[in-house]
Amino acid sequence: MAIEVRIPTILRTYTDGAKQVEGSGSTLGELFTDLEHRHGGLRDRLVDNGGGLRRFVNVYLNDEDVRFLSGLDTPVKDGDTVTVLPAVAGGAL
Amino acid sequence: MLTISRSLYDKIVAHARADHPDEACGVIAGPAGSDRPERFIAMMNAERSPTFYRFDSAEQFLLWREMDDNDEEPVVIYHSHTATEAYPSRTDISYASEPQAHYVLVSTREEDATEFRSYRITDGVVTEEPVSVVE
Repeated sequence: MAIEVRIPTILRTYTDGAKQVEGSGSTLGELFTDLEHRHGGLRDRLVDNGGGLRRFVNVYLNDEDVRFLSGLDTPVKDGDTVTVLPAVAGGAL
Repeated sequence: MLTISRSLYDKIVAHARADHPDEACGVIAGPAGSDRPERFIAMMNAERSPTFYRFDSAEQFLLWREMDDNDEEPVVIYHSHTATEAYPSRTDISYASEPQAHYVLVSTREEDATEFRSYRITDGVVTEEPVSVVE
């Protein structure tokens, strides 16, 4: 068993085109660090320099936005599904 | 080129007018790889702002999952500018994340005329494209 991570089109350059990848860890932050071993560069697109989640990336644990859980400290376990979606945003300025 | 039906075109304009002076936003989904906009989904602007929009994250998750289940993709992603021209701003360009999508911008700054334009935004490069409205 592992944690399934669904990757959006724009980040599949880091996963050789794979739509989903697997990883392990006890928190979301650990999971992203684990993924980085096999998919170099991916973590940087998800985590900012301050070690928090990037503002315009949405990450969901199962179907819950992790911003409403504990962000990168959110506990994860085998069998969970993590979905990454770039926020759809913009504006006049 | 974006080819879009008159009725979907009218729905985008009506949504932009209804939410004015806040920015309106939404998606037209279509079969993956078809480049055919078919299913209109008005999204909430979580920012409720006249100068910024962002899809509500929970609503986006449900829609993206639904499109995935239906083998659809966002063929059109639209939003309105309510006081400026229908051209992608710096923020529009930096957050554009669906390279296969037509980014439609509508300007509601004039009360009696709506600007409706379409762009591709790939790796920070904006390319305007013609819009063909079919009956």
